[in-house]
Amino acid sequence: MTISELQQVTKVDTSRKRKPRLDTLSRILRYAVTRLIGLFVAIVVGVYLTILIANMGGHVDNIRKAQIRESVVMAIMGMQDQARLTPEEIVQFQESMVALEEQRLGLDKPFFIRSFIYLRQALTLRLGRSEQLVSDSGSREVRNIIMERLPATLVLFGTAQLLLFFTAVFAALFLSRRYGGWIDRLVVALTPTSAAPGWFYGMFLILVFASLLRLLPFGGMVDAPPPKETIPYLLSLVKHMILPVAAIIVSSIFLTIYSWRTFFLIYSSEDYVEMAKAKGLPSNMIERRYVLRPTLPTIITSFALMVIGLWTGAIVLETVFGWPGLGRLLYQAIGAYDTPVIVGSTVIYAYLLGVTVFLLDIIYALVDPRVKVGAGGARA
Amino acid sequence: MSRFLRTARQVAQYPSAVVGMLIILALIIVAAYCLITLPYDEAIRLWRGGEDIWGENPKNAVPRWVNLIPGVNLPETIIVNSASDPAKYKTAGEFEGGIRQITMELTFDYKYRAFPNEVSVFFTSKYKTAKPYVSVYWITPEGKEVRITDGAIGHTESRRLSGDRTLQRRLGNQPVEVGLFMGSDASSAVPGKYTLRIDAMTFEEDSDVDAKLIVYGKAHGLAGTDNRRRDITVALLWGTPIALAFGLLAAVGTTVTTMMIAAVGVWFGGWIDALIQRLTEVNLILPLLPILIMVGTLYSRSIWIMLGVVIALGIFSGGIKTYRAMFLQVKESPYIEAARAYGASDLRIIFFYMIPRVIPVLVPQFVVLIPSYVFLEATLSVLGLGDPVLPTWGKVLSSANSEGALFKGYYYWVLEPSVLLMLTGLGFAMLGFALDRVFNPRLRGQ
Repeated sequence: MTISELQQVTKVDTSRKRKPRLDTLSRILRYAVTRLIGLFVAIVVGVYLTILIANMGGHVDNIRKAQIRESVVMAIMGMQDQARLTPEEIVQFQESMVALEEQRLGLDKPFFIRSFIYLRQALTLRLGRSEQLVSDSGSREVRNIIMERLPATLVLFGTAQLLLFFTAVFAALFLSRRYGGWIDRLVVALTPTSAAPGWFYGMFLILVFASLLRLLPFGGMVDAPPPKETIPYLLSLVKHMILPVAAIIVSSIFLTIYSWRTFFLIYSSEDYVEMAKAKGLPSNMIERRYVLRPTLPTIITSFALMVIGLWTGAIVLETVFGWPGLGRLLYQAIGAYDTPVIVGSTVIYAYLLGVTVFLLDIIYALVDPRVKVGAGGARA
Repeated sequence: MSRFLRTARQVAQYPSAVVGMLIILALIIVAAYCLITLPYDEAIRLWRGGEDIWGENPKNAVPRWVNLIPGVNLPETIIVNSASDPAKYKTAGEFEGGIRQITMELTFDYKYRAFPNEVSVFFTSKYKTAKPYVSVYWITPEGKEVRITDGAIGHTESRRLSGDRTLQRRLGNQPVEVGLFMGSDASSAVPGKYTLRIDAMTFEEDSDVDAKLIVYGKAHGLAGTDNRRRDITVALLWGTPIALAFGLLAAVGTTVTTMMIAAVGVWFGGWIDALIQRLTEVNLILPLLPILIMVGTLYSRSIWIMLGVVIALGIFSGGIKTYRAMFLQVKESPYIEAARAYGASDLRIIFFYMIPRVIPVLVPQFVVLIPSYVFLEATLSVLGLGDPVLPTWGKVLSSANSEGALFKGYYYWVLEPSVLLMLTGLGFAMLGFALDRVFNPRLRGQ
């Protein structure tokens, strides 16, 4: 994907004239709201598609029916009068209650209408109850199970993505200064290594650092038993995070540095950079104001695409490292054939991607002068 | 043609492209060799086979070439079968008073300092009603005799000595395969001539007994074996054509459809273009892997169904934006206007005038895309959603991962499929990046 962006970037028109800054804030706000609506529509469509795929074999219906039956049985068991009924009467009562309940919740309606009921439930995160998996706190609500795992995933990938972003930006800036040098050629030569996903390097890292050298743990998130005090807990967390974070970074750093340094090179050959050099501005100032600043929007777009790839890559990476996050939950759900959890996780992933794109869009708006001045701008 | 040659010459100037092409060529040769020598049905029969096919292979044995490392001398499997040469191994007495004595001496030469993996004896016997009775003894090179087991045996009977707790206690609480081969201490095995003596009694006129001793080695085959005694070579060989086919088809499927849609959108413009762009935005936040997982668990794990879903979800991928930018430029070119002037139809312009123009840009992207799909297949396999019948690299990795191969030190099990995956990835990526620099000289540098 990055190659494609390279070509696009070269076409971005940077010679637009600046309009006076009138109401920058309201422009950014308007931009944010438009993007938010756009993304929300995208999420709705995405979740709807997920439901359509999941319900091709009637799986969502089955989840709903099992849920209704469970709640009816529980309700009947809680009734005081039920002791006086014969078993046949109880069964009969139960069936009629289930039928009523299914009617009330619209399960007897055609699929087209039902699908929108499901859509509303999925969007409001009413994801139903799991079949097998239980959250650590003992809940079987899919939402609780997922919410319990989400922080672990966010910590791991948030750290990795931030590290990746800043390392790559500085390395790319550094290389654009030393274009054609041996480090530059080395990075270019190493670019093909990014063809492999993070979990793939994760296995090698485990082999070397855990299996052979015995320096770092094989997996997990903290030592067992988890330390009680905050500081030892954090230290243990960091120790367990080194290998997975390294795996994520190794799998994408070279391609990222390579393409970002090309962006920098393209922007540093602009006339205004030559002008700044001619004016005798210090080189670090030129780099910050005249090269980094205009390149940032492009870089953020490229980063957004990468982050999206990383989120989905989480599933195997967390499995390989035994990291108790969303990805591993999904893996466990596959093993246990737990349909509600699988469908629920897919919905959460759609949200996660939507939120990521939205956040990066806002950052994009903040750094892209074209958005600020309301010139529309060619969003890549 | 001359243009093609010129491009080829340009590509050949990049050493990485040459290396990449050599790797791809080697993979294609392996794939072709595999398809010719190991038919599909045979490969699946082998890979799904159990003890009946793989019974003579050791479990978790390293590849044989490990023995080429100086200082490493791991035992290979030794099989001594009395039925193969009865004159040599068997002496049978006369049938007297309803009993016949048969003595089998299964002798073999053990040349290794390392202990074997397992020791098993398999009996086959012929009888009508009265089962033959055997007593089994183990004789070490020093002449020490150990009673192994005794008892009546059925038509086929296997004794896995390594799991025998009583024998383990008799050998001084050492694992059986260690106890049988060790000298005074358990640090290393004693090389020399070992014998398994079987004293059998049969109780019918034409009743007979045969025994097969297998001393399972620690090194086996070209690629070693897995926990189910299967020869990993089968999966590594068959993984090659599957990986190449999956990668190639997925890359062709996604790039071609994406390009066509982008061209249609640009040419017709208006609401079609707007719709395509909105769909691209939706597609961007559709989680591909979770959806594949959902399809895999709910419907089918067939690799071809997965391929279809990958292509379907790849149609509106981010590539559309790139192609769109290119097509917008192409649309304004004078030759398109000329085509329009002489009345070429919309479809003709799209397929014969616009699309051919962007193919050079497409080729490198397409090559770079292939490995990402090869890895996608591996990813699905590692998640346990690999094709249920086909042996693939990903499935080898998956079983290695679920058996804790890294933790237990079976590195070959993980490394072999990984190296092949990595080679495929590197081969295509190196070629692709070089092609990109040839076809898109703007990126060749400032």
